[in-house]
Amino acid sequence: MKSPSAHSQLPTRRDFLKSAAGASALALSIGFEWTASTRRAFGAPSPGPFVPNAFVRIGADDSITVIAKHLEMGQGAYTGLATILAEELDADWSRVSVESAPADAKLYNNLAFGPVQGTGGSSAMANSYAQLRDAGAKARAILVSAAAKEWHVPVNELTVNKGVVSHAPSKRRASYGSLVKTAITLPVPDTVTLKDPKNFTLIGGRPARVDVPSKTDGTAQFTLDVVLPGMLVALLKRPPLFGATVKSFDPGPASAVAGVVKVVQVPRGIAVVARNFWAAKLGRDALQVEWDDSHAEKRSSAAMMDEYRRLADQPAPSARKEGDARKAMGEASRTVSASYEFPYLAHAPMEPLDAVVKLDAASCEIWTGDQFQTIDQANAAQAAGLDPKQVSIHTLYAGGSFGRRANSMSDYIVEAVSIAKAYGADGTPIKLQWTREDDIHGGLYRPMYFHKLEAGLNAQNQLTAWRHVIVGQSIMAGTPFAASIKEGIDPTSVEGAATIPYAIPNIAVELSTTKAGVPVLWWRVVGSSHTIFAVEAFIDEAAHAAGVDGFAFRRSLLEHQPRMKAVLELAAEKAGWNSGPMPAGKGRGIAVAEAFKSLVAQVAEVSVDKEGNIKVDRVVCAVDCGTPINPDIITAQMEGGIGFGLGAVLHGAVTLKDGRVEQDNFNNYRVLRMNEMPKVEVYIMPSNEAPTGVGEPGVAPIGPAVANAVFAATGKRMHVLPFPKLGVA
Amino acid sequence: MSTTFTLNGQSTTLDADPTMPLLWALREVAGLHGTKFGCGMALCGACTVHLDGQAIRSCVMPLSAVAGRKITTIEGLQSKQAKAVQAAWVALQVPQCGYCQSGQVMSATALLEKNAAPTDADIDAAMSGNICRCATYTRIRAAIHSAAQSIKA
Amino acid sequence: MKSHPILWTLAVILGIALLLSAYVVFGPHPLDFAGSKTVTLAAYHQQDPTGVAPDLQSASLVERGEYLTRAADCVVCHTAKDGEPFAGGRAFVLPFGTLYSTNITPDPQTGIGSYSDANFLEAVHSGVGRNHTKLYPAMPYTSYTYMSDADALAIKAYLFSLKPVHATAPANTLAFPFNQRGLMSIWSALFNPDKRFEPHVDRSAEWNRGAYLVEAMGHCGECHTPRNLLFALNNRQKFAGAVQSGWRAYNITADRSGGVGAWSDADLAHYLSTGHAQDRGTAAGPMGEAVDESLSHLKPSDITAMVAYLRTVPSVASGLPEPRTTPATSAQLDTSASDPNGREVYEGACAGCHGWSGASPVLPLARLLGTRSVNDPSGNNVAQVIIHGGERHVLIDPDNMPAFGSTYSDSEIAAVANFVTARYGVKGSELTAAGVAKLRTED
Repeated sequence: MKSPSAHSQLPTRRDFLKSAAGASALALSIGFEWTASTRRAFGAPSPGPFVPNAFVRIGADDSITVIAKHLEMGQGAYTGLATILAEELDADWSRVSVESAPADAKLYNNLAFGPVQGTGGSSAMANSYAQLRDAGAKARAILVSAAAKEWHVPVNELTVNKGVVSHAPSKRRASYGSLVKTAITLPVPDTVTLKDPKNFTLIGGRPARVDVPSKTDGTAQFTLDVVLPGMLVALLKRPPLFGATVKSFDPGPASAVAGVVKVVQVPRGIAVVARNFWAAKLGRDALQVEWDDSHAEKRSSAAMMDEYRRLADQPAPSARKEGDARKAMGEASRTVSASYEFPYLAHAPMEPLDAVVKLDAASCEIWTGDQFQTIDQANAAQAAGLDPKQVSIHTLYAGGSFGRRANSMSDYIVEAVSIAKAYGADGTPIKLQWTREDDIHGGLYRPMYFHKLEAGLNAQNQLTAWRHVIVGQSIMAGTPFAASIKEGIDPTSVEGAATIPYAIPNIAVELSTTKAGVPVLWWRVVGSSHTIFAVEAFIDEAAHAAGVDGFAFRRSLLEHQPRMKAVLELAAEKAGWNSGPMPAGKGRGIAVAEAFKSLVAQVAEVSVDKEGNIKVDRVVCAVDCGTPINPDIITAQMEGGIGFGLGAVLHGAVTLKDGRVEQDNFNNYRVLRMNEMPKVEVYIMPSNEAPTGVGEPGVAPIGPAVANAVFAATGKRMHVLPFPKLGVA
Repeated sequence: MSTTFTLNGQSTTLDADPTMPLLWALREVAGLHGTKFGCGMALCGACTVHLDGQAIRSCVMPLSAVAGRKITTIEGLQSKQAKAVQAAWVALQVPQCGYCQSGQVMSATALLEKNAAPTDADIDAAMSGNICRCATYTRIRAAIHSAAQSIKA
Repeated sequence: MKSHPILWTLAVILGIALLLSAYVVFGPHPLDFAGSKTVTLAAYHQQDPTGVAPDLQSASLVERGEYLTRAADCVVCHTAKDGEPFAGGRAFVLPFGTLYSTNITPDPQTGIGSYSDANFLEAVHSGVGRNHTKLYPAMPYTSYTYMSDADALAIKAYLFSLKPVHATAPANTLAFPFNQRGLMSIWSALFNPDKRFEPHVDRSAEWNRGAYLVEAMGHCGECHTPRNLLFALNNRQKFAGAVQSGWRAYNITADRSGGVGAWSDADLAHYLSTGHAQDRGTAAGPMGEAVDESLSHLKPSDITAMVAYLRTVPSVASGLPEPRTTPATSAQLDTSASDPNGREVYEGACAGCHGWSGASPVLPLARLLGTRSVNDPSGNNVAQVIIHGGERHVLIDPDNMPAFGSTYSDSEIAAVANFVTARYGVKGSELTAAGVAKLRTED
């Protein structure tokens, strides 16, 4: 897919999809063109774009096209990737546009994931930083060499500014585009010298996001917007209980709906394939299906939580052990304990899941906001009965994901492929569209967890012992990533808890992994979405027991963690932590987290009215994410992470009654709205360290910061999420 | 059955099931894709368009109900308020995933067309029905204030 | 002589007590307002007011039974939430405990499979179940008693055509003395006329058909007529409105401000058959269920007959104001209620459909102006519909009001109900969080 350039020279939708194979030809051309152009670049004399590597293409018209191997789902990856490459290339930002890479793990694997192409774990900048700097610098070197060759001057007499190479002594200038013809004849250097970061102009600056213009005028292309000639729309009726299957169905009433073309059975349910969404919807509403519930999960979430509570008192595998926490607890002059309950959470991205599949006997073409290309390619191939090489993926913008589109079963993509197969695999493009209800009922939730913590203080009110037991499902179990589970510990269940940063001599962190029929998945900031809440809310309880202010208590335990201590201090200072007490009904709370190697501290100010309604008035956020590639995007990700996390702690819960999900849509799966959004101030720590992620870490500390502020305002601790509505029995 | 109405200034006749929500008629019959599907229950605002100048949720409004009326979608925005809103959206780099932003722009434009100087409370009233899961809310608020300022200037 | 004044006083008090008791006990029957010129069905020679609608008369017994089962709305009460139809188990939360409806599928052990015709008629007409168990009047046998034997047995035939479901309802949890079923025979002797419908010869055939449908089958009075101290219907206030299962069943007399006197026949017919009347409101809660399961399945001729009958019920004032129809102005945004939380909830969750003037910009069904519940200063039904939503099976999804109860707090629901009634109604309600908490337990 082609995305807009910085100045929005986007082909219109009509241009994009004007021919039968328009979209596929255009998108596929990226992959094919790379191979062809590379050949040209390495010797063939014909003119054409200069393609020094898999990540950039420079046209004779001065256009710079960056190939993004990561999904743009709102986090700013396209802009960030282009910024890194354009920095070393010394490109004119206004000529930079971004295209999505095809599914090709050999070229576009995520270096943090190994041989897998995909986006997640706030890794886009971190894994691409060196790769794209190198790619940009090498492209620049070749273009400069081209100028040197054309002008017969030494390379070291040339300078580059915004895509224009200059030779001061002879006052000659040439744009990159004009050098393409020569550049394609030159070899790619083996090594190249990177810029000194102090000379960065784009990195650390605020280059405008490449996707903002099209996302402001409605022209940005999402999967929802894909239209192919002859395309049909499918809705899938899935079982009401997880693990149930189709016993029997009557396609009659659905087939009778005008516009319904076919009703087909697939492994996940019964699909209604129609000429448009509305016909498919009416058809699905009319569909009669009888389900076999014999292997389905029929428990209620409340009963499961009861079981988790019991399990928290049973011995469990150790995730971290330092000193002897049990003994130290016995010797403590005072202990505090608390438990925290976390519900299942849906990701609920704004774009309900969708994928377009065009399947025939020899190929499978997929259009979607793809987050896990290599895995989706393999799963789609299996569902289609093809080889992964026969599956091509066109990655479009995703209307949010928060982890949902990256799942190892490729659920919605496999559904779409299996529908296309059941339909006849005759090359008819079929768009599978989920509704919001499908999304909320659809599983792959952030797991439900129970946490139990105990802390021991000595006579000097020092924290001497810390016990933390976590109970809940494993995200990795049963997936291709299960190898990461070592000795019963799924690292994603304990990250943030096993890695507790505070200097405590005796620490024991244990994990009891449960099994349930509810499919689970990572959700923005993964384990830290619950572990950081437990640690940071409980450290506050320990501080209170010690009679020490929450900020001072944390600070005293972070002497060995200078970067974390620094963000904590920055947030406290900017928030006016020590500016005196707040008025009645108001409170301030603080929390700090390390997630995906970035450090974030937040101070929340809340008001609680006499009815117990919590309003978060202001959040001050300090972040250290290494080299800030684009401070404006970092700020946006902190703002957004705060709003996302806040919605979850105030409102978010998926609950089950007798196995059935009780929420349906935004009426009862409540998310944060405009009038609940606090004022947010973001402060970015200057740094020359390697950049680390910003898409997720901002979510982690907001919950405990607000919980601690509610305690300051009301004296009530928040032990159950979402926060129970105070003042209501 | 066909329904005739004014779409982005043009008299338009769409041949579709009259119970079909306007959203799907716009997207799948008229081919205008800027208006998005988010919830189908008027709970999120992604489908916001203007009906006779008022911001409405097209996902619950049957096509038949717009007969003879004026519908404006993101593709048809022309007013100076709309242009100011879109310029502010770019200047303040509002969108993240961008999926809800057509609806946000439509709601913000309708607000400014009625109220040249909205307060924060006015913005809450007009915009709280538009969900943004990326939580770009602080920038939306700032951009509306900025657009109001730029029109006045 | 000295004791005379005391004796006299006692006698007077006793006399007044007896009179009051008699007044309570011997109130009018539901159709007394229409006069006493009645004849038995057998002696009535116009169109038979009982049975099915004319165009179904040649249908099979089971088909006719199905229509009559719809008309009598058996399924709503005899089905638990998400349970098998007619298998019972629906809870009725009363001030003195919880009652559960029984299984009326033909399962011999747990349902009515072993009922003879006589057993069935005894249950429907006299409130006497198997083994002479006295039924609680949650089973509306004081209404069903007017049903003809033929119709009751047609219903039985239909119920016996269903798949038997083996299901025992939970045990009732009534407090003493309400757990003494024997007392129900006294109640029944006092309040069940135990007689079949008798047509009024000075009324039209249509009226008689309507009367039969409203009284014997639809048992409208069970919700819409207030009850006396002994929980019997007080037909002196016939159809003047009452609270049922936490919802207000509104005045459906000819009273113009509080009742339906200002509604046109078409309004009433449309409301009954679809659950909505333009500018009047949309059925929700128990009335919504009655529309979904019963009224929407009735033939137009039957709906027209019900309207004709309802029109003749005497007007009783109920103290509710005449609904306001003037739109709210955008200027009064913050002044409608003192609690800002109401506006905050409204602007996020409600305004998308309901708009800011009270006249929905998108859906006629979402219009708040002119509706009874929004113009009920108790805020009762507004709060209930926010909690439970207003899903009508006769409508397509987007037209349904979603339920907000599980994720909005009692105080938020109280605040938004107060905001809505103040902004779009005659007078704002003053619901509290505690009041909403109580409403939640009642439905």
